[in-house]
This record gives sequence, C-alpha cells and structure tokens, in this order.
Amino acid sequence: MTAKFDLNDDSVVVVVGSGAGGGTLANELAQKGIKVVCLEAGKRYEIADFVNDEWESFGQLAWTDRRTTSGSWRIATDFPELPAWIVKAVGGTTTHWAGASLRFQDHEWKARTTYGDIAGAALLDWPIDAAEMAPWYAAAEFRMGTTGTNGIPRLPGNNNFKVLHAGATKIGYKEVHTGNMSINSQPRDGRGACQQIGFCFQGCKSGAKWSTLYTEIPKGEATGKLEVRAECHVLRIEHDARGRATAAIYVDADGKIQRQRARVVAIAGNSIESPRLLLNSASSLFPHGLANGAGHVGRHYMRHTTGTVWGIFDKPVHMYRGTVMAGIVRDEARHEPSRGYVGGFEMETISLGLPFLAAFMNPGAWGRDFTSALDRYDHMAGLWIVGEDMPQANNRVTLSSEVKDQHGMPVANVHYDDHANDLAMRAHAYKQGEAIYNAVGATRTIVTPPYPSTHNLGTNRMSGRPEDGVVDRWGRSHEVSNLFISDGSQFTTSAAENPTLTIVALALRQAEHLAGLMSRNEV
Amino acid sequence: MHIADRTSNFDRRTLIVGSGTAVLMASAATLFPGRVLAQSVPTGLADSNSLIRMARDLFPHDRLGDDQYQHAIATIADQLAADASKNQLLRAGAALLDDAARRKYGRPYLAIEHEQDRALVLKTIESSDFFKTLRSGLVTSLYNQQTLWSRFGYEGSSAEKGGYIRRGFDDIDWLPA
Ligand SMILES: Cc1cc2nc3c(=O)[nH]c(=O)nc-3n(C[C@H](O)[C@H](O)[C@H](O)COP(=O)(O)OP(=O)(O)OC[C@H]3O[C@@H](n4cnc5c(N)ncnc54)[C@H](O)[C@@H]3O)c2cc1C
Ligand code: SF4
Repeated sequence: MTAKFDLNDDSVVVVVGSGAGGGTLANELAQKGIKVVCLEAGKRYEIADFVNDEWESFGQLAWTDRRTTSGSWRIATDFPELPAWIVKAVGGTTTHWAGASLRFQDHEWKARTTYGDIAGAALLDWPIDAAEMAPWYAAAEFRMGTTGTNGIPRLPGNNNFKVLHAGATKIGYKEVHTGNMSINSQPRDGRGACQQIGFCFQGCKSGAKWSTLYTEIPKGEATGKLEVRAECHVLRIEHDARGRATAAIYVDADGKIQRQRARVVAIAGNSIESPRLLLNSASSLFPHGLANGAGHVGRHYMRHTTGTVWGIFDKPVHMYRGTVMAGIVRDEARHEPSRGYVGGFEMETISLGLPFLAAFMNPGAWGRDFTSALDRYDHMAGLWIVGEDMPQANNRVTLSSEVKDQHGMPVANVHYDDHANDLAMRAHAYKQGEAIYNAVGATRTIVTPPYPSTHNLGTNRMSGRPEDGVVDRWGRSHEVSNLFISDGSQFTTSAAENPTLTIVALALRQAEHLAGLMSRNEV
Repeated sequence: MHIADRTSNFDRRTLIVGSGTAVLMASAATLFPGRVLAQSVPTGLADSNSLIRMARDLFPHDRLGDDQYQHAIATIADQLAADASKNQLLRAGAALLDDAARRKYGRPYLAIEHEQDRALVLKTIESSDFFKTLRSGLVTSLYNQQTLWSRFGYEGSSAEKGGYIRRGFDDIDWLPA
C-alpha cells in the first residue's frame, strides 16, 4: 500500500522529519488524501530492534552527527558536541520520549502580556490562544491516547512515584498524580498496555507508548498517500524566481544527491536542524537564509529550565522499575512572581539506569563523594524539573564557520546563556525538590545540572507580525508562502510543560489549514 | 604483582559488553566513533597497574574487583585504537602519573599508600588531556559493564522478562502511610 512518488512529481507535500511534528503532519495530510513524501535522515528501526540498554540504544537512535556549542550553559563545558539528546531515526524523538503530555496553561500563550517586559528576554505573545487550541489539544490527546483524558485511566504509580507522592503531599502539594501520559494504561488503538518495562527512553518494547514510528506513520502509509524515505538527509530547500519553495535536495541511503520536487515544503527536523536547514538554503534571493528576511531564523532557542533532584534513602526504592515519567507535581507550574521569577515549573519522576546516572549525575565528577552516591543506586528516587525558560535573541542556532558534517554542510552551533529568571527558577525548584525527598527521610539529596537538551524549541518562532518572527499563526513562513514549519521550533515561548502534545496539536491544526489552502488553490 | 594477558585471564563474556561501548562518548569531550574489537586491543595499557589503581581512585567502589577496572581500561583502549594521538596520550599516562606523584610525594604513584593522598596527586593533573580522556572514558566504560550492574542493585534489560509489572514496580513498603 505504501505509495511511491516520482522525484519530479511537483504535486506532493514534502515533509522533512518524521518525529512528533513531521510524522503527525504527514499522516494527517495523507488521511485527507494529500500526497506526501516524508524525508527522514535516520534509519527505520522497528519495536523489535529496540534494546533495553542505555548506551547501546543511544548509539542506535540518537543524533550523533556533529554539532558545536557555545555560551555560559554548563553543557558547553561538559558535552561540547552534544547540545541536545534527540533522535535520528524514523519516528524521531518520539522513539525516546517519555510520554508526558500536558496542555499549556491558558496564560502561557500570552507570556509577554502576563509577565510584562522582562529585561534581556525577547518575550512575545503567541498569535493564538488557549480557546483556539482547546479542540486541537483534545484531538491530540485522543490521537495519542493520553491518560487522564478521554476517560483513559491514569497509569499505576511505581516506586519512584510513591516516594514523590509521599514527600510532595507531606509538604503540602495538592496536585500530585501519575500524570497525563501518552502511554496506554489499557489496550487501545491496536497497542497493548504498559508493562512497566522501565526503558521508555530507549524505545518502548511493548508499543504501549505513542510514537509516530508505529502509529501515525504506518497509518499514513496505509492510505497509499504517504511515502516515507528513510536515510534521506535533506541538505537544502530550493526555490524559484518568485521565492516559492520548489524542491528538497537530499542525500539518499546510497549517498546519491536527489531532488524531490514539491508543491509545499513542511520542515520538522527539530529545533536545531530546522533552522540549520533554512540557513543552509541561503541563495541570492535569500542571502541570510530561506525565510530569514527578519533575521529571526535560529534565534530565541529555548530548552526549558531543567534540572534533576535525587533523594537517597535508608531503604531501597528501585526507581528504575516501571514507567519513567509517570509522576508529577503541578503546584509550582503557576505564574507567581512572588517566588522571585516569572513563569513556573513542573516536577516529574525520572530514573536513569546505572550507566546514564554515572555519566549525567555530575558531569566531570570523580572520587569517593561521587561514587558513594552511586553505591546507593537502588536506594535512590529522582525527579526532573521542567520550567519555562526565557526566549533571548542571542540564544541561537547558527552555522559553524569551521565544522562541516559528513555531507559537507556546515553544522549547527548552539549558543545558550541562562537568563537570570531561569537561574532563579532553577534554584527554587532544586530547593523544593529536595524538600520533597527530605520530608520522607532522605539521607542525602543530590542536584544534577540539565542534561543535553531533550526539549528544543523556538528557533523559527511564531509571531503575529512578520518582523517579530519566522512563521505566522499557522506555522506558515511570513516570507515564503508555501513553506511551513511543523515542529517545536515554531514555539513563541516555551511554557512550563513538556512540548510534544502541543507540537502534535499544532501539526493537526496545520494539516487542516494546509489542506484548505491546497483545495482552494491558495498554495 | 603480575597481571597476565587479559585476554586469557578474562571471562570472555565481559569483553563483549554490547555495541553500546561503541558510543561511550557522551561524557567525553569528543565523540569517539569507535568500534569494539576485543581481539585487536593494543597490548599493555590495560595491564598497567598504575592505570588500574588510578581508575579505582577515580571511581572507587569497594565492591568491585580490579578486573572490572582493568576491563574498563581495555574498553577505552579499544575505543581509541584508531586515534593515534589519544592512544599515545594514554600510553604516556602512567609516566605522567608517576611524575606527578614524585612532584607531590617524592615517590611513584603506586608507592603512595592512601587513597586520599593519591587523590591529591590526581587533583594536580586534573586539567591534563590524559586525565580528562581517562576520566571521561571510564565513567562510561566502567559502568557500562553488565556484569557489575547487579552489584549496584540495577537489574538491566527487562522487556524479555515481561517488564516489572509483575516483578515489583510498586513494591515499596516503607513509606509513611
Ligand atoms: C529522553 C527524552 C524524553 C522525552 N520525554 C518527553 C516527554 O515526556 N514529553 C514531551 O512532551 N516531550 C518529551 N521529549 C521531547 C520530545 O521527544 C520532542 O519534543 C519531540 O519529539 C520533538 O518533535 P519534533 O517533531 O520537533 O522533532 P523530532 O521528534 O526530534 O523529529 C525530528 C526528525 O527530523 C529528522 N531530521 C532532522 N533534520 C533532517 C534533515 N535535514 N533531513 C531529514 N530529516 C531530518 C530527525 O532525524 C528526526 O527524526 C523527550 C525527549 C527525549 C530525548
Ligand atoms: S514502562 Fe511502559 S511505556 Fe515505558 S517502555 Fe515500558 S512498556 Fe513502554
């Protein structure tokens, strides 16, 4: 049933990337009868190929093509060539993701209005709001089978959650539960229920967790309208004399350069690769990069104000057993400037296996103090902080002037400086996380700095006015009328919530809009 | 003490810790595109008592035997086999370590009796490429050995056992009600 389209077929929509944004958009368009070629740089693995082994899985799925870093974030010192932990494979980072699926809070769509003018931050209101997004969120939750919505029961709490719950309720937090997870708590949509395997970050072996790899993509392929080409790395987007996108130039699995012609191009390569692709598509008509007339492509890179708190206890916890992120405290997510910062944060359970904990607990550390914590591995509980970070114009993805990738294209440099608001929020969040564990008898707490970014956002931001951003309220380029951005790079602000539900909701909404434009011949 | 050739002295299974060792890199300053070639280990490195001692001093776990530190070094040697300059860095490491020890205590590294004192020697070379390469290599190669996971209470791969749904994912029994 899988379609096969000609390279010269200029009636297709080309979608770059098959993750949360691209995979969803590709399927949704195909469901509407639109021909789609989805070009994915990574290989196609299936559930049976996934391995319950952290480094081996990382080697299989993670994006390890070169990138460089700069800025004051600790990542630039500890992991200078690994700014982000994201995936290069069919399904994108939805193979690795943990499944936490939260809606933005209403005020977060209007950060500039709500928070006011924050020095050093380039805050902007989204050109859309909570009311407009509500039905799209509902559609996304139904699509992804999110627990706690659509009558789907929440997941049972594992040991790590029980520690979080006991500590959090003891210090007075009220909204504590196992979250809204796009992980089946009961069989649904042809997939089984979570087996509490505990390797959600390594690809779910039971298929309980939603991933475009085995939901959206095969459903799209079944329509006969979607062709997914794996191991096809897009190098640049071409345009005609009128400035309309005409084709994607890519390297195929055999290393051959190909040109897929297109009626519309939608880019969803995640927030580092999407701006890189636009910048690498510079031409005489677009000297600063495609869609970059206002100079915003690559800017306002956000990655959430994150951090991890570990509690070590007298008695065993075995945090690694069961669903990694099914546990949340939401009380601090609100906007409450009296805490010393704007915006809020979520606290969610997290566990790492011994290999990753050693690598990430305190990068660069060695000696007894460090190993004495690892010695208590099975007595640890962990929570992850996810908070809103400030968009800053100079936190940005640029092209490296020195380093090129295996295809000869300049790689992305990712620059990030923490904003004072981010630092104040993180300090408070660490304190609250420690208080949770101390309340149930932690003998030691450890705070871990942010991991290589798993949430990458904002580098092609959505704006009402063309001069403030890259895309309009539909994710359509302000400048190139048949070019769309369909991933987290269109986020105007980050909000405190894990981004994927919003990425999927935006993709569903964009698909409907785009289908309308196409049927009316407006694109 | 003589340490025999590790290939005859080792449990072969511990040599093949999965292709994950091919990506023992995230904590390193560079990404090593290495491959695991258990047969073609450059000899010597993993047999260096000073390096084994240093590995233990970096990541001291009383519950681990020297063989696990030795194996971790062998894995790094595999990783770096293709990189001549890194390889040379490690080879020259033992001498660098002894120099540093002599500067601080007037005797070679292995002749320093207490871990705290050896740690002070390591402090003096913390910024050297040798130290950084060994530390970042070890933090992955040491803890990526499946054979030592159970000693930390980590159970490893679980899908083939049906996950933890019937094996204690929620069996914690000591929390206050
Ligand atoms: C360990 C981990 C846990 C996470 N947990 C959660 C969670 O619980 N909740 C949540 O909301 N989010 C979570 N995330 C984040 C979530 O996975 C991402 O936000 C989401 O997948 C981003 O979607 P995307 O479409 O922007 O990009 P991706 O899903 O990353 O997809 C991008 C795809 O584009 C491809 N690509 C890039 N460039 C090119 C090119 N030039 N040519 C062709 N293809 C290209 C890539 O190979 C990739 O497959 C997690 C991430 C990680 C790593
Ligand atoms: S814990 Fe559940 S969601 Fe996570 S990998 Fe296992 S079965 Fe999948």
